[in-house]
Amino acid sequence: MTATHLLFIDSHQKETWILHHHIASVEKLALTTSGCPLVIQCKNFRIVHFIVPKERDCHDIYNSLLQLSKQAKYEDLYAFSYNPKQNDSERLRGWQLIDLAEEYKRMGVPNSNWQLSDANREYKICETYPRELYVPRIASKPIIVGSSKFRSKGRFPVLSYYHQNKEAAICRCSQPLSGFSARCLEDEHLLQAISKANPANRYMYVVDTRPKLNAMANRAAGKGYENEDNYSNIRFQFVGIENIHVMRSSLQKLLEVNGTKGLSVNDFYSGLESSGWLRHIKAVMDAAIFLAKAIMVENASVLVHCSDGWDRTSQVCSLGSLLLDSYYRTIKGFMVLIEKDWISFGHKFSERCGHLDGDPKEVSPVFTQFLECVWHLTEQFPQAFEFNEAFLLQIHEHIHSCQFGNFLGNCQKEREELKLKEKTHSLWPFLLDDREKYSNPLYSSSSQRFAVLEPNTVSFNFKFWRSMYHQFDRTLHPRESVCNIITKMNEQNKQLEKDMKDLESKISKHKNEEIDGVLTKELLHSVRPESPTLKTSLCYKEQTVLPVNDTLRTIEGSNPVDNRYSEYAEEFSKSKPAVVSLEYGVARMTC
Amino acid sequence: MEFSELIRTRQAQAELLSGPEAPALRGTLCVTGHHLLLSPKPQATDLWLLLLRSVDSIEKRVAGDSGTITLRCKDLRVLQLRIEGVEATLDVARSIEGLRLGDAWHFHPLESYYKRVALETDAWRLSEVNEDFSLCPSYPRVVIVPRAVDDAALARSARFRQGGRFPVLSYHHARSGTALLRSSQPLIGPKKLRCAEDEELLGAVLAGARPGAQGFIVDTRSAQTAKQARMTGGGTESKAAYPGWKRLHRPLERGRHLQESFVRLVEACGDLEQSMDQWLSRLDSCRWLAHVQEALSTACLAAQGMEREGACVLVHGAEGMDSTLLVTSLAQLILDPLSRTMAGFQELVEREWIQAGHPFQLRCAHSAFSHARSKHEAPTFLLFLDCVWQLGRQFPLSLEFGEGLLLALFEHAYASPFGTFLCNSEKERCLCEVRTQTHSLWSGLNQSKEQRKLRNPLYVLNPSALWPSVEPQSLRLWQGLFLRQTRPPERSEEVWEKVWQIVTDEKTEDSRPVVSAPEPQP
Repeated sequence: MTATHLLFIDSHQKETWILHHHIASVEKLALTTSGCPLVIQCKNFRIVHFIVPKERDCHDIYNSLLQLSKQAKYEDLYAFSYNPKQNDSERLRGWQLIDLAEEYKRMGVPNSNWQLSDANREYKICETYPRELYVPRIASKPIIVGSSKFRSKGRFPVLSYYHQNKEAAICRCSQPLSGFSARCLEDEHLLQAISKANPANRYMYVVDTRPKLNAMANRAAGKGYENEDNYSNIRFQFVGIENIHVMRSSLQKLLEVNGTKGLSVNDFYSGLESSGWLRHIKAVMDAAIFLAKAIMVENASVLVHCSDGWDRTSQVCSLGSLLLDSYYRTIKGFMVLIEKDWISFGHKFSERCGHLDGDPKEVSPVFTQFLECVWHLTEQFPQAFEFNEAFLLQIHEHIHSCQFGNFLGNCQKEREELKLKEKTHSLWPFLLDDREKYSNPLYSSSSQRFAVLEPNTVSFNFKFWRSMYHQFDRTLHPRESVCNIITKMNEQNKQLEKDMKDLESKISKHKNEEIDGVLTKELLHSVRPESPTLKTSLCYKEQTVLPVNDTLRTIEGSNPVDNRYSEYAEEFSKSKPAVVSLEYGVARMTC
Repeated sequence: MEFSELIRTRQAQAELLSGPEAPALRGTLCVTGHHLLLSPKPQATDLWLLLLRSVDSIEKRVAGDSGTITLRCKDLRVLQLRIEGVEATLDVARSIEGLRLGDAWHFHPLESYYKRVALETDAWRLSEVNEDFSLCPSYPRVVIVPRAVDDAALARSARFRQGGRFPVLSYHHARSGTALLRSSQPLIGPKKLRCAEDEELLGAVLAGARPGAQGFIVDTRSAQTAKQARMTGGGTESKAAYPGWKRLHRPLERGRHLQESFVRLVEACGDLEQSMDQWLSRLDSCRWLAHVQEALSTACLAAQGMEREGACVLVHGAEGMDSTLLVTSLAQLILDPLSRTMAGFQELVEREWIQAGHPFQLRCAHSAFSHARSKHEAPTFLLFLDCVWQLGRQFPLSLEFGEGLLLALFEHAYASPFGTFLCNSEKERCLCEVRTQTHSLWSGLNQSKEQRKLRNPLYVLNPSALWPSVEPQSLRLWQGLFLRQTRPPERSEEVWEKVWQIVTDEKTEDSRPVVSAPEPQP
């Protein structure tokens, strides 16, 4: 055990590293004859079983892990000690990689209808919003201030995404403090200003992402939703995404089902159904499609909110933008999208991911759901995304790892106070350095067909995301990777083309020289034999595709002993788990 | 495919005229399985070559002691061959005629498979005991049996097995020297009958493999069903009568229940309005994926017994022509790299399903939409194709064929302009003269212009066994088939095409010269 990791080395010298921050729960089971079992569940869905021969050792490990996995202070998190050997200027450049001002410029704001507001420059109006906010040009500061007082946590309506061609906008806010009858003229003005900022359609949609019942219940607490009679030119719509507590227990159920030993096909599907997980995913996706359609078909602007406007609102706004704008489907663009709609607008990463020892009721897989929705889109549109599944998995890994500063804290203000940009590193440059690894070889950037994605959300298009929830159960996955092999082939093709060009230019150079009369006949002859060698070298390179493929073949788990059918026949031999010595004595591990 | 039988003559002296202007080319004409060759007389280097498949029509004329063959090609060329000798002319013409169609009716998978087995071991022989289909109406004319057992013993064993389906070789696993056999249930009956020849046959299998070899009998029924079958004259091998053989029961769904499962799945897949919960609950209750899991895991069990335990495996259920074939054919796909090639898979289907007497006519009379139900329908073959698809998903580089071939086989099994899936057995096919009156699907498929849809661009020979995961999380609904109505296949076809382009390094966007990469070779 180190200060940051739990390290296990098995008899084949294979190392398993588990970051303390990834540990979600540690459980000590009843003592058995071979020792004391210890089960560790991780936030990246890895589950490890250890058997520690001595109970006292097990108890010590258990206690240490409990303490190490829950930190009380941000300063104790891994990011503050992580040193990737970057110097200060490199670190600074890493943080400057994603520039949101640049991003708004790319969208086409500020313009004649939208402007940058300095109302929140000092975080005076809303602590959980960023400093820079874009609002309609005709919305004056008093209107903004007035509106913010009528919105939960001061989160007044601001621009999230601007569609340049349609001149329509996606805006976001929190629920109004309307109770049963309260009104706020400034808020009504602000909404009107948003609809006026869209010359193409004076109607705008107000989308409440909560189920209607929840929204109504909120009215009793002095919150609630917009009354269509008080606001001119709005169309109000509920889309029915459940709250963070429902999502948390849904994932819990899903994981319980999947953790069952000897799970049958029927139990799997009835468990999948009763967990409701895919139903929730579909609800988020449907809401995002509603947004994209409102803008593409009706040219209408949309204002999205939920309760506080940092969970469901972030999901729906970011996913809607992803459907509309192919830029967000590139590697860099996806980072920008996360920075904009999640990090800067105050999705409470630290609370939702349980970075610190805090209220377990605040933990919820909201961002994981967003990643899953994106994965479903990549499955439906295999050529529309520049990144692959590994990219999504890697981002998921790091929202929990606390290794980089990006996801620490709950809002921008808190991040500034923590001085994250000086004390920690940004994740994005490291992902970009590994660009090759995260690229989708089938991506076709030029294809105009994928400008706006129109996914099909009929139930059977949603599948269980095995590579996420079983990412460490190697035996469950395909044994050969198509992605790797196509990437390799693409590289080889590129190299061949380059070789060909080089040779062509050489040939033409020789020819020119021949015309210039520099070459004698004998020299010319020496050029000739080059063409067969060129041919053979090409052929030779193509044939080397085969051995390369072999090294790519993932054969881990390709062994009947790893599979369950071996359990059916008891007379068949079984493999024993590896016995290995550990610092703490002898432990056995099965992953 | 045995092309050699189609070649009447290999060589003749000939003169080639490729057009009124072109000079004549004289030399020796050669007919090979795929090509027509003309090598000019003085040992010149350039050889004239014509792919036989490119011949569109052929015309022969004989005058005096020489003849002329006019070949009109698919690429619009017209060639004339003047051949010395009338007999030679006619022979060459007939050879070309037969070969240009590549008629797969002259494809004898059992004989050619036996040739392979004979290279590996001499423990097996080809028996013509069923030449007139009198012993077993659902077996082909020839079967592979242990060398130590004579035809008379086979005949008695056949009488002891339902429908005369005595144990025959399905696959010989060279690496472990073990054999996979299939049969129908023994007719033990309530009186616990025994048959010395049947026992001797299975004993000979073990003796032929290795002294002291073990055997597993995989019964595709539950122990209880197998026991109950005794009441109706069937049953299962008793341990005492078959020393060295151990019985395992792995119940697989069959018959009406399987058909119902199929019908309910298709129903669920056609409903666009259902909620997520309804869909998942219907997917669960139709049990199709559970059947896929059971079939795959039983096949893995059989394969594991051979590869890991070095045991011989006999598979049977009741009649031995449904779930039995499912298990034996899947086990071969898992173990045998050759059966995963385009030609090998076709041979496997022909040998293990068509010739092995899976009653296609009865089983595939109706598909999932028909209201008219007789009790004989069952999508056993479809279940096999689904399992193969699952293997292909888990080992995307190891199968030479793609989803397109599986879909084509599914379609042709239910309705086909070709004769391959007609009738219920080899005997019926002979009576109906299927071979002379219809065309073979295999030649149809292999000549199809859509090779790219049928083949897997990423195929690389994988010499090891494929051990798939049978966990529910690893099994997927075969969307390309079951959702073909509700989900347009274009997108996945585009991806397939794109992968082909990458593999062959075609550039569609800019017109750079095409570098042809090697096509995947079997």
